[in-house]
Amino acid sequence: MSDTAAISSPRRRRLSAARQAGIALVVAWAALAAFGPYLAPYRAGDVVNVGVFAPMSAAHPFGTDYLGRDMLSRLLYGARYTVGVAMVATVLACMGGIALGILSAVRKGWTDSVLGRAADALISIPHLMFALVVVAAFGTSLPVLILMAAISYVPGSYRFARALALDINAMDFVEVARARGEKTAYVVWEEILPNMIVPLLTDFGLRFVFVVLLLSGLSFLGLGIQPPNADWGALVRENITGIYEAAPAVLVPAIAIAMLTISITLLIDGFSGRSRTMVR
Amino acid sequence: MALVEVSGLHVTAQGDGGAPSDIVRDIGFSIDRGEVLALIGESGSGKTTIALALLGYARRGCRIAGGTVRIGGEEVTTLSPAELSELRGRRVAYVAQSAAAAFNPSLRLMDQVTEGVRMRGLMPRAAAEAKARDIFRALALPEPDRIGARFPHQVSGGQLQRLMAAMALMTDPELVIFDEPTTALDVTTQVEVLRAFREAVRERHTTAVYVSHDLAVVAQIADRIVVLRDGAMRETGPTARILSEPADSYTKSLLAAAAPRPQQSQQQPSAAAPLLEVHGLTAGYGRIDRQGRLPIPVLRDIGLEIRAGSALGVIGESGSGKSTLARVVAGLLPAAAGTMRLDGVALAPTLEARGLEELRRIQIVFQAADTALNPAHSVERILSRPLAFYHRLSRGEQRRRVRRLLDLVKLPMALLDRLPSELSGGQKQRVNLARALAAEPALILCDEVTSSLDTVVGAAILELLAELRRELGLALMFISHDLATVRAVCDEVMILYAGQMMERGPGGVVMQAPQHPYADLLASSIPELRPGWLDGIDATRLAEARGETARPSPSDRCAFVARCPVRDKPCETEPPPLRRFTKGSDVHCHRTEQELLAQQSSRAGSAVIVPLQRLDRRA
Amino acid sequence: MLMLGLIARRVLGGLLTLLIVSVIVFAGTNILPGDATEAILGQSTSPEAVAGLRKALGLDLPAHERYLRWLAGLLSGDPGVSLINRLPVAQLIGPRLANSLLLTALTAAVAVPLALLIGITTAIWRGSLYDRVANVTAVSLVAVPEFLLATVGVILFAVQLRWVSAMATPSVGSFTQALQNFTLPVLTLSFAVTAQMARMTRAALLGVLDSSYIEMARLKGVRPARLVLHHALRNAAGPIANAVALNLSSLLGGVIIVEVIFSYPGLAKLAVDAVETRDMPLVQACAMIFCATFMLLVLVADICSILSNPRLRTR
Repeated sequence: MSDTAAISSPRRRRLSAARQAGIALVVAWAALAAFGPYLAPYRAGDVVNVGVFAPMSAAHPFGTDYLGRDMLSRLLYGARYTVGVAMVATVLACMGGIALGILSAVRKGWTDSVLGRAADALISIPHLMFALVVVAAFGTSLPVLILMAAISYVPGSYRFARALALDINAMDFVEVARARGEKTAYVVWEEILPNMIVPLLTDFGLRFVFVVLLLSGLSFLGLGIQPPNADWGALVRENITGIYEAAPAVLVPAIAIAMLTISITLLIDGFSGRSRTMVR
Repeated sequence: MALVEVSGLHVTAQGDGGAPSDIVRDIGFSIDRGEVLALIGESGSGKTTIALALLGYARRGCRIAGGTVRIGGEEVTTLSPAELSELRGRRVAYVAQSAAAAFNPSLRLMDQVTEGVRMRGLMPRAAAEAKARDIFRALALPEPDRIGARFPHQVSGGQLQRLMAAMALMTDPELVIFDEPTTALDVTTQVEVLRAFREAVRERHTTAVYVSHDLAVVAQIADRIVVLRDGAMRETGPTARILSEPADSYTKSLLAAAAPRPQQSQQQPSAAAPLLEVHGLTAGYGRIDRQGRLPIPVLRDIGLEIRAGSALGVIGESGSGKSTLARVVAGLLPAAAGTMRLDGVALAPTLEARGLEELRRIQIVFQAADTALNPAHSVERILSRPLAFYHRLSRGEQRRRVRRLLDLVKLPMALLDRLPSELSGGQKQRVNLARALAAEPALILCDEVTSSLDTVVGAAILELLAELRRELGLALMFISHDLATVRAVCDEVMILYAGQMMERGPGGVVMQAPQHPYADLLASSIPELRPGWLDGIDATRLAEARGETARPSPSDRCAFVARCPVRDKPCETEPPPLRRFTKGSDVHCHRTEQELLAQQSSRAGSAVIVPLQRLDRRA
Repeated sequence: MLMLGLIARRVLGGLLTLLIVSVIVFAGTNILPGDATEAILGQSTSPEAVAGLRKALGLDLPAHERYLRWLAGLLSGDPGVSLINRLPVAQLIGPRLANSLLLTALTAAVAVPLALLIGITTAIWRGSLYDRVANVTAVSLVAVPEFLLATVGVILFAVQLRWVSAMATPSVGSFTQALQNFTLPVLTLSFAVTAQMARMTRAALLGVLDSSYIEMARLKGVRPARLVLHHALRNAAGPIANAVALNLSSLLGGVIIVEVIFSYPGLAKLAVDAVETRDMPLVQACAMIFCATFMLLVLVADICSILSNPRLRTR
């Protein structure tokens, strides 16, 4: 019977070229964040002798800033803040959101209603506005910024994870496991989660992008990372007068942010195929 | 000259970044005016693709790569888009499989039905609507003068199907293509719709193409048959010849699968205590009110018994509650009232309250094999889990046992590390079965396990089930809407309608007169594999078939009362008593055995052959 | 009617959520010790002065009473007094709100028609080069930070080419003056919004175009123009309106950055200044206006969804 004969195509375990490129990209950004300072030719605070707002040159590929410091170095030191801080905040947001989302989907009832209402309330506050309120109340220290970004983006992650988990929970194979007598912990870990990993990763990527935009926007307003430290948004802010001289010092950090966010967004978009809109 | 001439038709699909693959190749046939041609095949045979090619249409990602399709002498494949718009819906009309999906939910039905003539300026609106109403009447639609003002969601499935046919007939097309139009309907609704289509086609001398996988349905309406498999033609010829003397091996297997033989040669079930007993089971959704009643009782007062090693078939159409019954027995849905006993010991209604042994001894296998297997787990992992969970076997023992399970369901070892997405439908269902067998249960609940499979593949699963019963002494509760399948597998049969039990008894006996009126309707609605069956159906039967299947309701009275031809005064208000008929079955009816016998045998005089006879014809 | 009931429930739910938001905003701004008196009087004043001011401002009341007072004030149009310049908050907000509304209205007037045009045409010509280029551009624009666009815009058009001014004022005296003032801010704001709106419009229309009833209409011989206009848009209108409303709400985030960059005297700039000076009543009031507007847009989006479902319009 042809029905029982094995299908001849073996499982394709190797990743496609596009996915490999994507992973390489992510690794590159992470490396930049981790090892940036070690790669910098100058220390972040060193003033060099080329003058302020110098144009691009061989010695200073990105020119100098408003105080005469090498922009490339400032950028590399700032990578830690832009990429690293956003990463920590996104991880916190997603961990919280996923855990609560699965809890909501599996428990339903009262837990679901309460969490849903809380998520609705938080989502109703535009992210930047929420950031402003928190900064007004609690200041701009690093832990505050990280927590603020995390809390602001937890509801979106919660909604997404909850919808995914509800979908999977309704599938027959979950019912089969339950009918077998499996406990909820097994059902969540072994049956539901493995099917959520890929969509959750794409959601993580998009959320990371928006956290980067939020934090750098906040720094641009002067309400994020404070001097002497600087993330890329703060770099744009402190060099803003360079606009009138069209100095690279003001453009380069902004372009760097754009490169980070666009590359990751394109990567995610390619992964998920059709146009995906992030759940706020 | 033939109206339709197809030769060398070749349609390909664009693979993912690879070479195009063939959907159909080398297809050729011709249809004379006024003739009805059937395209028979299972899923993947390409029958819909060929039907769409007659309209010069290929779905997204597909294209007509070669061959000719001539309609009335005109070559369709080379027409410009404007000319195609002229052809489609005007000279060639299409009736789709799912009427619910084919109508625009935001437009009224009359607008959509008359659109074809209005947008081409063929008739003014008033004349078009008058013609439409005439066609509605001819198709026996209820309220033909008012149904046009409704929206699609306000109308039932069977009516939508006929409305789609009306839409097709509006422009007086030369060719009408019916694409599996009755597949999605209940078998008792199907009869009326089939009859309406046939009359409409005959009266207008329209040429038709009828696409289906159901040989019996096709036998009623087609003059010639083309048998397709995997995109190629296997056989073609007049209907009578194909059904009686098939030449091709695949055609023969199709015929064999369409008429499964009953497995009557089971060992007689022992007289010992029953394995599963159910009394007065009532279950449903929603909160139970103070009187202990449910707002939506999906099942009402069900009682049954299954002995070790025997098989009970549960038959019902949509809304009958048959799947709910399986879930209640499995513990997935707690019953609102009634008791269940396993081996004489009370069975708790919920999973949490059941012990490991109780959970192990009753296993359930679902219909949709696609969603019943975790797409992230390999076959080996899927089968190992119940072994670890129930029997606490060591890794080595698990590996050995998994291999034995694969053997039992006749699957090759190579599938062990495959994911479900890499298996065929039949293979997935076998893995499903193997998973249930891993627990070494006493009873397996099979919920429509073959309904979503092709007939041939499904027949193989049924044979496997029969074999497993013999080898392992398993008891089965086999749930299905397909009477023929159930009778082939089961010793005893129970018929449900709108959550109530209508009749219950030994398989061979349930289908003999006197029967419960619904059982009677059900049995006679199943198309037989001979032409002329549809002609033999009398007017009363058609009137019953015209009614829509009832939904479960909280009232106690017989749910079939709206469609019953022998309904009486007490039927409207009181619940029917349970009667034991002399032929051996239990029936819930107010009428006595004599009354039913008189009514049904007088009708049997006008209808012809009893179903059992066609089994002799099998090659 | 079923639909009215759904809408009413949705509105009530929204009001409840807004209430919870007000609690969050109030709690957030009042959770730290050290209140407004310090900000006003500075560190080195006598305890009596502090106590006196506290009583005058009503800061000696327990938290929930202060909250209720504040809430009552909000609802009656008097959200307190600015801590910095002692003017009523309502007076400060009034003109700035009008300016912001002007800016966002102009942006919407540009973004919505453009987004609909691009969204619908890329759906109709799906898979074409135009579609693919548009898609990549849209995806990139969504990820671009506003200050990059603004910076590039200013450098290019204001500094190098001197076509427009680098700062925007809300005067619409003459058309050229309006162009001068508003081009850059509106363009900057509308890029990201248009991109996302176009993508969602495209997705909504494609969802309808891929459905079985559209295929059936095609097989009936319906021509492409009629297919889209008569059959598809009718069903896509709801999801598209939903997309438009949802994306307009994202304007509320972008407008903050844009107003700061261009020194535009709008509500968002007022809020940012208030944060810098920790002028709490002002921050609270601005936050509540933003949130209420946001929720209103989301509510409109939901209502569009409900209205467009034919199953709910008739039994």
